[in-house]
Amino acid sequence: MNFRMIGYVLALVLKVEGFLMALPLLVALLYRENRAAIVYLICLAVCLVVGFIGTARKPKNITFYQKDGFITVSLAWVVLSLVGAIPFVMTGEIPRYIDAVFETVSGFTTTGASILSNVEALSHASLFWRSFSHWIGGMGVLVFILMLIPVRDGSHMFLMKAESPGPDVSKFVPKLKSTAVLLYKLYIVITVAEMVALLIARMPVFDTLCLTFGTAGTGGFAVLNSGIATYTAAQQWIITIFMIAFGVNFTFYYYLLCRNFRAALKMEEVRVYLLIVLASIAVIAVNISGIFATTAETVRQAAFQVGSIITTTGYSTTDFNLWPSLSKMILVVLMFLGPCAGSTGGGIKISRVIIIWKSARRELKNVAHPRTISKVKMDGHSLNEETVRSVQVYLCMYVILFFISVLIVSANGFSFETNVTAVAATFNNIGPGLDMAGPAANYLAFNPLSKIVLIIDMLAGRLEILPIILMFMPSTWKKRD
Amino acid sequence: MQIIIVGCGKVGRHLAMQLAQEGHSVTVIDTNGTVLKKVTEIYDVMGVTGNGTSIGTLKDAGLADTDLLIAVTQSDEVNILCCVMARSGNKCRTIARVRDPIYLTEQSFFLKELGISMVINPERAVAREMAALLRLPSAVEIDTFNKGRIEMLSFRVPDNSPLIGKKLRELPASISSSVLFCVAERENEVIIPDGDFITQKGDLISVITPPTTGRDFFRRIGLTVGEVRDVMIVGGGEIGYYLTKRLLKDGIKVKIVEKDRERCEELCDLVPEATILYGDGADMNLLREEHLDRMDAFVAVTNMDEENIILSLFAKDKVFSKVITKISHSELGEVIRNMDLDSVVNPMEICAETILTYARAMNNSMGSDIEALYLLREGRVEAMEFIAGEKFAGNGIPLQQLKLKKNLLIAGITRNGNFFIPRGADAINAGDSVIIVSVHKGFETLDDILER
Repeated sequence: MNFRMIGYVLALVLKVEGFLMALPLLVALLYRENRAAIVYLICLAVCLVVGFIGTARKPKNITFYQKDGFITVSLAWVVLSLVGAIPFVMTGEIPRYIDAVFETVSGFTTTGASILSNVEALSHASLFWRSFSHWIGGMGVLVFILMLIPVRDGSHMFLMKAESPGPDVSKFVPKLKSTAVLLYKLYIVITVAEMVALLIARMPVFDTLCLTFGTAGTGGFAVLNSGIATYTAAQQWIITIFMIAFGVNFTFYYYLLCRNFRAALKMEEVRVYLLIVLASIAVIAVNISGIFATTAETVRQAAFQVGSIITTTGYSTTDFNLWPSLSKMILVVLMFLGPCAGSTGGGIKISRVIIIWKSARRELKNVAHPRTISKVKMDGHSLNEETVRSVQVYLCMYVILFFISVLIVSANGFSFETNVTAVAATFNNIGPGLDMAGPAANYLAFNPLSKIVLIIDMLAGRLEILPIILMFMPSTWKKRD
Repeated sequence: MQIIIVGCGKVGRHLAMQLAQEGHSVTVIDTNGTVLKKVTEIYDVMGVTGNGTSIGTLKDAGLADTDLLIAVTQSDEVNILCCVMARSGNKCRTIARVRDPIYLTEQSFFLKELGISMVINPERAVAREMAALLRLPSAVEIDTFNKGRIEMLSFRVPDNSPLIGKKLRELPASISSSVLFCVAERENEVIIPDGDFITQKGDLISVITPPTTGRDFFRRIGLTVGEVRDVMIVGGGEIGYYLTKRLLKDGIKVKIVEKDRERCEELCDLVPEATILYGDGADMNLLREEHLDRMDAFVAVTNMDEENIILSLFAKDKVFSKVITKISHSELGEVIRNMDLDSVVNPMEICAETILTYARAMNNSMGSDIEALYLLREGRVEAMEFIAGEKFAGNGIPLQQLKLKKNLLIAGITRNGNFFIPRGADAINAGDSVIIVSVHKGFETLDDILER
């Protein structure tokens, strides 16, 4: 493995994180939070110094292989989280480091699962940093770094592949760098659009920033203990719409940008995604009618929760733990589905579900007509058998990892519902699960081992399993391999 | 520039790599998705699966914004059609690879009537280079500038050469007057030598010289300059055919070994003066029977690189003066460098050089056009020819006062048809043809030689 290059990229990650910490520092100065300001200044300085020393000399050999790319991405995320957790401990807001790491990983992986029972006690700087980590993690740190480093050959594609969700990551334009720039441009434009919309709807500026970062990265950290419940209906609707918008494959927006409307409308994944969203809202709205006073509120609550769960954001306007079983079950199913590939959300992803569905149908057809030869198609193009296979393998690993995690977490002695949904909510980067892990509760009560497992689940969910498993395989680190 | 490459074979891959490295946005089209996937994993290019002759596929690949389309699929006809289709959708420049000799006389039709910007025939270019090597068998590589009026000769320094152990500036005028030492390679290290460079035995050196003095120079430095009269060619494909045509014109006797019966008969009609042998070139008995040991030169141009290499190694100590090996895989570079092969000619590199020259010329608007480009020593050194434009910042300034980039050489200037090796007091004038040798890559205009 090219350790020098991996080290170089990790130093770059630190450098970028150092610069990003300037924002919470600014917030601390604005709100005159002296202690937080000093903490963020120290962290920023250390990150920058280490980062600049590490990137002072460019490695001669910048070739990457797939393994190097995957390992780099995993390590980058680990480093990012371990360092990002330090300010929480230093300010004394989250005294235990493991909890701070849980909170930070939850931020960067856009999960939004919290160990804090009283969010409002946090300083503005820390609240901002928590939410801002969603925004960074949403599009990806490495994609950001791809805009900075010279890309000479396609080997850097592995960096993007490891970080971008979806079974078949493709570029918009031939150059990787231009693709990364385009992705971030789209990301920023939609983010700003939401901010403007929320400000027009008279949300306070600080809440607007934090909640927009949470929506854009499909994260889910709120700034109030009540979550989103106390905001006005209009503000909730804006968040709902933007949550669903950030769950759409960014290729769709790229097509819109190029005025290629036909290709945009042809995207099967986006159509299925929107269909599932609408259908779920309808069923849940009918199912929960009676809980809320008016039809408008019923629909709003249903839409908000569906948008929040399917995009794996994890905001909540109500404790859906108290909803009827059918509605809860629909939400749990949505947890696993996730939004489109190439969006900022987690979960299995709609495109994978479509591929699995179609390949299962093909197998059935093959039983009836053993001699048929057919291909799995998507958007009118035949899919590579390799892609189909990789999706199937992904699902298998997903299930295995899921059950192992549930086994370990169940040692806490909580209810069945808690264990399963806690793993589901972290593995799919959502945040709140049901029961003890529900929207009104938090993850503080889990034992440290469970927290570590859930941290790994969050990372595995964000990076789509393979890079994380690769990192834990001893053979990866053997010199001669 | 936005560039589409249709066809992801050896040439297509090589071009994708070179063009992407020069900073162009490259989209590759091929019908085979597996091949495509491989390419997009190694190089920073985008792949589109489909048929390059279909306007729908071309549009998917972004034809609307494309500046240049290069068609290098296996089939000449597909390549031509690709260019025609691309022209119909977008008035971009197009380059087609056309190899079949029957189209040889129809090139002007392609250019004028079909609007194709350039037709390349790597096989023919390879044959031209091989013929040049056979005229001067001691050279390992020959590149020509200014329509053949200047040559860059590469050779290995032989034992007992008067060059050995001397600094370049101390060489007697009889040796150094008409040549300029441009590039030296020793143990895989490439340098651009200055006056203090001391030559050693076995160095691979390139010099710039007019063709008339090359032979004389070789004799003075102790290289044999025997003439080639009999050549054996293994492989009767397009290269074999083009080469035979050229050699016969020069009055050289040619024997072609070809293992396809039908092709043998075709060749009988195409080149009746040559001796056509039906048999497997890998059959050593056949080669012995046909008196390989009495041949002056041996050329291996079968479709298989491996076969060419083995045959060349076999023939190396049997023929009198020259062995030329055709190799199409650039991936084999490292292996080959350590083998004791004589001259290696790579059609893909020649093809890539031509297209890169064209792409760089298209990309530059400064007015100092690039005329020719050669990638030397596996692309580690570039030799280029520019026509100095009116706007060139160094016009009229003596070279010693120009702030040139390091590791760069102004190797020759041709003014009004007269070639000379520039000294410090000479200056470049507008309209001069200037030859530059440099380890820097991607020069597009003459202004790139200046330090900024």
